[in-house]
Amino acid sequence: MSVPLTMLGLLEREPSHGYELKRDYDTYFGRGRPLPFGQVYATLGRLARDGLVVAGESEPGAGPERKRYVITEAGATEVETWLAEPAEPEPHLQTVLFTKVVLALMLGRPAGRYLDVQRAAHLGRMRELTEVKRGEDLLDVLRADYGLFHLEADLRWIEMTAARLDALALEVRR
Amino acid sequence: MTASRSGAQAPAQPLIEARDVVKSFGQTPALRGASVAVAGGEILAVMGPSGSGKSTLLHCLAGIFTPDGGEIWFDGRRSDRLGEAERTRLRRTAFGFVFQFGQLVPELTAADNVALPLLLNRVRRKDAYETAAGWLDRLELSGLGGRRTGELSGGQAQRVALARALVGRPRVLFADEPTGSLDSLTGEMVMELMVSLAREEGTTVVVVTHEARVAACADREIMVRDGKVFDPQAAEVGR
Repeated sequence: MSVPLTMLGLLEREPSHGYELKRDYDTYFGRGRPLPFGQVYATLGRLARDGLVVAGESEPGAGPERKRYVITEAGATEVETWLAEPAEPEPHLQTVLFTKVVLALMLGRPAGRYLDVQRAAHLGRMRELTEVKRGEDLLDVLRADYGLFHLEADLRWIEMTAARLDALALEVRR
Repeated sequence: MTASRSGAQAPAQPLIEARDVVKSFGQTPALRGASVAVAGGEILAVMGPSGSGKSTLLHCLAGIFTPDGGEIWFDGRRSDRLGEAERTRLRRTAFGFVFQFGQLVPELTAADNVALPLLLNRVRRKDAYETAAGWLDRLELSGLGGRRTGELSGGQAQRVALARALVGRPRVLFADEPTGSLDSLTGEMVMELMVSLAREEGTTVVVVTHEARVAACADREIMVRDGKVFDPQAAEVGR
């Protein structure tokens, strides 16, 4: 999963300090593995260098660096491009798809449409694997089956998520 | 016209088409302006959640249901405007059907069931049974023609049903959850046989399924949601 793009997405929701970003990231996407502060500030530094965020003036106060970061137009475009582009259909996409759906809902973007496009990408890949299975080699068939069953599991998750989008939107929008 | 294997686009010259079809059952709307076009030789999967209208769309395309609004076209003419007798003839001569359950006549043998459509179309008895035996061979059911349907496994019964659907060489095969009652491996075998025989025969297939692995055997899929058709390939993201 892309930590920088997820942080950018959180910044599109609202300008934030590094520690707020870390808190929100850990709450929604950390899955019990908190993001180290060092990684948060290093990532923010790279995003600022690339013109995707701008840092405000340092604010007075004790504790960690107190700068508020704001997403730029280029940063918002980067988020939009990432969300709208289907992920490469491969097994174990759960984290990426989960992150995209939650972020899209937070930002009021068309999560249902993104899921539709992802579903089509998954089915396209499943068609390719089905074609592989029409060959003679049983080992290829086994490998293709592994991919097919995992993609099918993703698709079931996509269907369930699509059916729950309204309730999810209420949950993640503050 | 034959669809390309990777054909993601709706065909320019469809063999069968629904245009803005509306259908309700009592006060309950099932289709709310559904449109789809299927090319000759194309294998189309119709997906969607339970109650989305996907089976109703198939039944409208096949002339089993008459739409309340919209149009159904088959081979260049309006099939929804045909009288009941003409529509019955169309279904018997141009279409084949495979459903999930209970389509074979239990009192008859496998060979009888497969020969039945030919006998109804006044094919000579000897010819009908010879043709039926050929189709049972193609469905890898050689030697099982004398069994009654109760003596067949679920996969064998479904292959007999497929043979019966194809024996009249239909232009379009309609399949509604054809593997829904089968385990994964048997379902896959039935689906692959259906696809390969349809390609050999040039038969157009419209298959309703909720299983992604079944849909992956088709050339293209559409989603039916709330009585409308969503074509994933035509989706534009980000607007």
